[in-house]
Amino acid sequence: MNIAQDIREILGSNEAFAGKVDQLSDDDSLFDMGLDSFGSVQLMLALEERFNVEFPDELLNRKSFSSIRAIGEAVSTLIKQEAA
Amino acid sequence: MSTLAARAERAAAVAARHADAVDREGRFPAEAVAALKAERLLGLQIPGQFGGEGAGLVQIAEVCSTLGHACSAAAMVFAMHHIKVSSLVVHGLDSAWHCRLMERIAREQLLVASSTTEAGIGGDLRNSLCAVETTGETFSLGKDASVISYGAQADLILATARRHPEALTSDQVLVALMADQILLARTSQWDTLGMRGTCSDGFRLEARDVPVEQILPKPFAEIAAVSMLAASHLLWSSVWYGITTYAVDRARAFVQAEARRAPGKVPPTALRLAEVVNAHQAMRGTVVAALRRFEDAHGDADTIGSLGFSVMLNNLKVTVSDMAVDIVRRALSIVGLSGYKNDTPFSLGRPLRDVLSAPLMIGNDRILANTAKLLLVQKGSGQLMSA
Repeated sequence: MNIAQDIREILGSNEAFAGKVDQLSDDDSLFDMGLDSFGSVQLMLALEERFNVEFPDELLNRKSFSSIRAIGEAVSTLIKQEAA
Repeated sequence: MSTLAARAERAAAVAARHADAVDREGRFPAEAVAALKAERLLGLQIPGQFGGEGAGLVQIAEVCSTLGHACSAAAMVFAMHHIKVSSLVVHGLDSAWHCRLMERIAREQLLVASSTTEAGIGGDLRNSLCAVETTGETFSLGKDASVISYGAQADLILATARRHPEALTSDQVLVALMADQILLARTSQWDTLGMRGTCSDGFRLEARDVPVEQILPKPFAEIAAVSMLAASHLLWSSVWYGITTYAVDRARAFVQAEARRAPGKVPPTALRLAEVVNAHQAMRGTVVAALRRFEDAHGDADTIGSLGFSVMLNNLKVTVSDMAVDIVRRALSIVGLSGYKNDTPFSLGRPLRDVLSAPLMIGNDRILANTAKLLLVQKGSGQLMSA
């Protein structure tokens, strides 16, 4: 599976990112782009559903959701933990 | 005496002397703020390298509580000032202009106000309609600020606005506007049940030709999540704790006077006092636990900005604001009519009216609704002593 592509797809359904996802680099700050707390909650829920993982509390912070790369790393870590 | 506690007590004594007049006339607590400046308490939080004392929120909270005991309005002005200063201290260090501003706040004891509330947006501080309009090296800003507490008395205002005229309402920056850079036209008057001295009037704010370096470099979203939420809820709670302490002290003095008049008997009001002291201790425990958690985070932005921490702060605000109202009301029921009257040593009308603002300033329903969203993803925590 292509995690980064899935993340972009999920982000695209957020109001702040609609139509802009393709212009985002993996390192652009999502918060600077207008991701708010409710937006990040919706994003987490969608990621948990898509990848069948659960974000533990220690990953529920701004850093984990700051960019597509940061989200990708968090998701990969969780997928590996689930598999182990 | 020059410990922080002693300085706070001296300022509180001045605030207490004028508290009734401030309330009655609905005027700014000028004497109390002059005393805060004389005791150099407005620069407490500014780092030492800029001429301040580098105090943390825990120390500021103690001063808020001391002032809350004396004059709710003066205490809330002090709290709101330090909530804004905390944003500068946490987010302004990378900006030479804001470092110089911090030096001025410490040296000149400048009073900082906040403008987040806006007509059409209400109290939702994470959205703005007004926008910064940049031309070259300067910007202009016009804002229908439906509330700016002590806006007319402040030396500077930190205002939220959209980053540029095309930005989303949530894409905000925080700009520092000195009093001599802005025009304020009053659009509404703060004539309220309580907290009358915060002078939270509405204004049309106009700023022209302000250097762009006065815009804080960090996005407001981050400032709100990392410094403002924590500072607001911790310092407001400390003010409310101070108000309840005053009320409980009056109730205790009343019951003890009754006991002295009838030796050998426990007055019936003593049981009610036991209840209110119990509630007061629980409130204190809630405030102190939150302050300790904040202290234990050592300013780590990931911890303080985490979802679990936000839930904790939201719960602090909702719990403590409701408890505060309940405690002052119970204290009034103990002292009875002498608390209801305005001219007795046990008068509790002013603190009761003041504390009724607690569940309303950022309405508890709004905060619970925010918590409800966060709980959709927060996982449980099982331990008693660690978060």
